[in-house]
Amino acid sequence: MVGGTRFDLARWLPAKLDRKLLRDLWASKMQAIAIAFVVAAGIAVHIVAAGMLDSLQETRRAYYDRYRFADVWAPVVRAPERLHSDIRDIPGVAAAETRVTSGVLFDIPGMDAPASGQAISLPDTGRPAVNHIHLSEGRMPRRGQREEAVLLDAFARAHGIGVDDTVAVTIHGGRERLRIVGIALSPEHVYAIAPGQIVPDPRLFGVVWMGRDALSQAIDRDGAFTEAVVTLEPGYPEAAVIDALDRLLAPYGAPGAYGRDQQISDAFISSEITQLDTMARVLPPIFLAVAAFLVNVVLSRLVAMERTEIGLLKAFGYHDRDVVLHYVKFAGAIGVMGLALGLGLGIWLGRQMAVMYTEYYHFPFLVFRLDAGVFTSAFLVTALAVGGGGALAAWRAARLDPAVAMRAPPPPDYSKSIGAGLTRWKVIDRQTRMVFRQILRWPGRSAFTLLGVAVSGGLLIGTMFFLDSVDVMIDVYFNDANRQDVSVTFVEPRSYEAFYAIERMPGVIAAEPVRQVAVRLRHGAAEERTGLTGVPRGAELSRLVDLDNNAVEAPPGALVMSQDLADKLGVEAGERIEIEVTEGRRPVFELPVAAVTTTLIGSGLQMEIGDLNRLLGEGRVISGASLRIDTDQRGTLYTRLKDTPGIAGVSLQTEAEESFIELLDQSLGTSIFIYTGFAALIAIGVVYNSVRISFSEREHELAVLRVLGFTRGEVAYVLLGEIAVLTLLALPVGALLGTGLAWGFSQAMSSDLFRLPFVISARTYGYAAGVVLVIAISSALMIRSRLDKLDMVAVLKSGE
Amino acid sequence: MSDLQSDRLDDVPCFRTRGLTKVYGSGASAVHALRGVDLEIPEGDLVVLLGPSGSGKSTLLNILGGLDRASDGEFLFRGENLTRASTRALTLYRRRHVGFVFQFYNLMPSLTARENVELVTEIAENGLPAAQALELVGLEKRVDHFPAELSGGEQQRVAIARAIAKRPEVMLCDEPTGALDSATGIRVLQALKTVNETLGATTIIITHNAGVADMAHRVITFSDGRVGNVRVNAQRASPEDLTW
Repeated sequence: MVGGTRFDLARWLPAKLDRKLLRDLWASKMQAIAIAFVVAAGIAVHIVAAGMLDSLQETRRAYYDRYRFADVWAPVVRAPERLHSDIRDIPGVAAAETRVTSGVLFDIPGMDAPASGQAISLPDTGRPAVNHIHLSEGRMPRRGQREEAVLLDAFARAHGIGVDDTVAVTIHGGRERLRIVGIALSPEHVYAIAPGQIVPDPRLFGVVWMGRDALSQAIDRDGAFTEAVVTLEPGYPEAAVIDALDRLLAPYGAPGAYGRDQQISDAFISSEITQLDTMARVLPPIFLAVAAFLVNVVLSRLVAMERTEIGLLKAFGYHDRDVVLHYVKFAGAIGVMGLALGLGLGIWLGRQMAVMYTEYYHFPFLVFRLDAGVFTSAFLVTALAVGGGGALAAWRAARLDPAVAMRAPPPPDYSKSIGAGLTRWKVIDRQTRMVFRQILRWPGRSAFTLLGVAVSGGLLIGTMFFLDSVDVMIDVYFNDANRQDVSVTFVEPRSYEAFYAIERMPGVIAAEPVRQVAVRLRHGAAEERTGLTGVPRGAELSRLVDLDNNAVEAPPGALVMSQDLADKLGVEAGERIEIEVTEGRRPVFELPVAAVTTTLIGSGLQMEIGDLNRLLGEGRVISGASLRIDTDQRGTLYTRLKDTPGIAGVSLQTEAEESFIELLDQSLGTSIFIYTGFAALIAIGVVYNSVRISFSEREHELAVLRVLGFTRGEVAYVLLGEIAVLTLLALPVGALLGTGLAWGFSQAMSSDLFRLPFVISARTYGYAAGVVLVIAISSALMIRSRLDKLDMVAVLKSGE
Repeated sequence: MSDLQSDRLDDVPCFRTRGLTKVYGSGASAVHALRGVDLEIPEGDLVVLLGPSGSGKSTLLNILGGLDRASDGEFLFRGENLTRASTRALTLYRRRHVGFVFQFYNLMPSLTARENVELVTEIAENGLPAAQALELVGLEKRVDHFPAELSGGEQQRVAIARAIAKRPEVMLCDEPTGALDSATGIRVLQALKTVNETLGATTIIITHNAGVADMAHRVITFSDGRVGNVRVNAQRASPEDLTW
C-alpha cells in the first residue's frame, strides 16, 4: 500500500492525503481491480436482467399498442356478419373486428416436409381495427385481386420468398396459387408457432393474410366470419366481455372466447418474461449480496493493514474523521470503478441481449429502456457495500491511540485457539502446522474465504443447472412422452378409414389414432380451458409419463392429468372434475382423475380414445394420428400427406426437437453464458484477494522464513497451503450451496409452459469445481511471483 | 558449498571482504551505504560492530548473511567467493551456515517455542535437538509456549535457540538487545557468549551500546560507510559485568 513512485498524476492533487490516496490505489491496483470486478459483476447482472426485462416488456407493450393487439379472441364455426355490430356494442369492447381464418398447408418447392400454417382475412377496405399487421415490404392486397396475399416475415425469410413470388397452398382441400404482394410482421405471431406445438419453427409454420372475399369464398364462409377479435376499454374486466361473447356466439359453434393468456404467441412471450423476471429477481440480488459482502470484508482487511499509517496520521494531528474519510475515499474510488465498469458492461450486454430478443421474436422495433430505480439501487448497494467496508475498518483503526497504532501489534496469540493442539501430532511438519494454525486462529476470516469460494462455485452450479435441467426436459418430452416422428391433424373429425389410409402410407412404421377435443374443466370455483386427448390403450407414441419416465395410462372411464393442470384446478388424484366439451353438441359430464403426472413441457389431459368417443356420443372417430416413420422414405410420405385432402396440419417432431434446442441455445444459452461468466468473475475477485491479503498480512513472516534459509517453494507452501486447504474445503460446501440454489431456481422458474426438473449432472459439478480450481491456481501463481521479491533486508529492521 | 567445511584451513578467515561497496539508487539520489570495506574476521571470533545509524554496519551484515548483494568489491566466506552467487546458492548458504538474531525476534507466532526451533532443524543437515538448543538459552521450562505467552527476553532467547539449533558456523545478530531492558539484555548476551564458546560459531553483533564491546574479541567501528577503527580486546569482560 505504500506509494508507488512513477505514478505522477498524484502530484497534481492539492491535498497531500489525496496524493497518498492515489498512490495507494496505484500500488494496490491489482487488488482494486479484483474488487472492482466483483462489484461490476453484481451491478452488471442487475442491469442486464433489469434492462432486458424492461426492454422486452416495453417493446411488447408499444408493439401491441401501436398494432392494436386484441385482448379477446372468439372463434366460431360460422357466424353471420351482422353480429359484428352486436359485438362492437358489448359493454367494455373498445374495437371489434370479424375475420375469416383457416388452416393452410404450404407446398414449398424443394422442401419435402409439409409446412402448415394459418390463413387470415384482411378487411377489404382499410386496415383492420384490431390485430393490424406491420408491412416490412410491399403492400396490402388490393380489393378484388383474389390471388394477392401478404406472407409472414419469418416464414418468407426462412424460404427465401419475396414480393412478387408465387406460393402454392392448400386451403380447405382446394389448391390455390397466391402471389405475394407484401411481407409482414404481426403482434399475433411474435412467436410464430403452430397451435399445439411447443416451439416456433419459421420453416414449418407460416401465416398468409388474404382479402376477406377471397378467403371467405375459398373456405365457403361467404357473408360469415369464423373469428371475432376485440380490444377492451382500459380497466374493463376481461371475464365480463368473454361471457357476453360466449352468450352471443354460442349458437354458432363457439368453443369459447379466450384472452391473451391463452393466445399462444403471447403466452410464450409472457412465459419468457416471467422467467426473465424471476432471473432478474433471484440472480442479481444474490450476485449483489455476494459482491457487497466480499467487498466489505476485503476492504476492511485492506484498511486493517494500514494500522501503522493511521497511527502516524493521527500523531501528525489528523482528526479521526479525516482518517475515516480518507479510507472511505479509497474504498469509494474502487466502488466508482466497479460501478462504472458494471454499468457500462451491463448496459452494453443488456442492449445486445435485447437486440437478440427483438430478432428472435420478430418485433418490428426495439425500445431499450432502463428504469431509473435500477440505477439508484445499483448505486445504493455499491455505496453501502464499499463505503461500509472501508468506513468500518477505518473507524476501528482511527479509534486506536496513535502510539498504540504505530507500535507493531503484539504477536497474535495462538495458544488459545484449537490449532494449538496440533503440537501432539508428530506426523505433521512445522510448516503444515503453521498452515492449519493460521486457518484455525482466524476462524472468521477463514470462513469468509471458504464461503466466498463456495458461493462462487455455488453460483456456477446454480446457473449451469439450467442447461442440465433443459437437457432432461427435452429428453423426457421428445424421447419418453412424445415418441412419434410426425403428428397429423385433420380439418374435421374423421372415421377410422382415414387413419387406416395413413397407416398404410409408405414409410409409416407405426401409427396411433388421436382424438382431441377442446374442453373447459371445472373444479369448485376453478376453471381451465385445455385440450382433452384420447389415445389407445397401451399407446407407445403419445403418452403421459411420471417422474421415472414410466407411462401413466388412464383406467377405463377416468382421466390422467398433468400436475400443472391439477394445481390450477386444485384437484388431487381420486377426485372428480366437471368437463364441458366446447365443440359439437357441447356435452357436459363428470369424470374421476385417476392419476396426476409431472409433465415438463405444456400440460396434458388424456383418456382412452374409445371412452372419449363414447362420452362424445360419436362413433369411432379420430381427429389426427401420431406416426413413427422410416426416415429413408420420409420424402415419399411427406408428398403423400401433402396430397391427402382434409389434413389441416402436419408437425414433425425431429424438426421440433432441433428447433427447440436451437431456440434454447439462443435465449437461455446466452443468459447462462453471461451469468456463468459473472460467477467466474466473482470467484476471481474472492480468491485473488484472499490470497493477496493473506500475502500482505504474512509478508513479514514469509520474509523471515526466507532469511532463515527456506527456499521459495517452501515459503510458498506456507502461504498457498492455506488457500489450498480452504479451496478444497470450499468445493463440497459450494456443491451444497449450488444444489440448494438450483433447487430454488427449479421451483421459482417453472411457468405454465415449462417446468424445470431438478437435476444437476456430474459434469456441472466437475465444471464448477474445475473453474474454481483454475482460478485458485492462477491467483496462487500470480502471488507466487511476489514471493520471489520479498524484501528480506527490511525484516531485520522492522517488527511487523 | 559442501566443501566449505572440509577446506577449512586455520589461516583462512571466516569472512574476508575487499573493496566492498553498496550503492542504493542511482544518479543524484544514490546513497552510498558502503564505500569500500576491507575486512577479515577470523573463525570463532565474537565481533561487535559499532557506529552511528547509517554508517553501513547493517548493510555489511546483510551482505555477509547473504540477504543482500554488494554493488562492487568482493566477499568471501571461508575462501569461497559469494559476491555473485545465485539466489538459490545464497538461500542454501543461509540455510546451512548462517544463524540470524534480529532486534524484533521474528518468531513464527503460530508455532510454539519448540516448534520455532524445529522449523529450522527440520531443514538443517546436522541440527541440535530443539530441547537442547532451548536449554542452552535457559528456556527448558517454556518449550511448549507460543510467542504470545513469552516475555520479550524469552522470545529473543527462543530466537537465539532457533539460530543456534542448526549449529551454524556464523551467527549474525542485528541489535539483539535493542528492544530489551538491561537485565534481560544481559541474559541474552550471556546466551550468545555461551553459543560462541560451545559451538565455536563466528558471531557478529551490531549494537548501539558501546558497553557491549567489552565482551568481544574484536570491535569494529564504522563511520560513513567505511571501517573507522578495529580494536582487539586483550581482556574480555563477562556480560554480567558490562556497563549498560
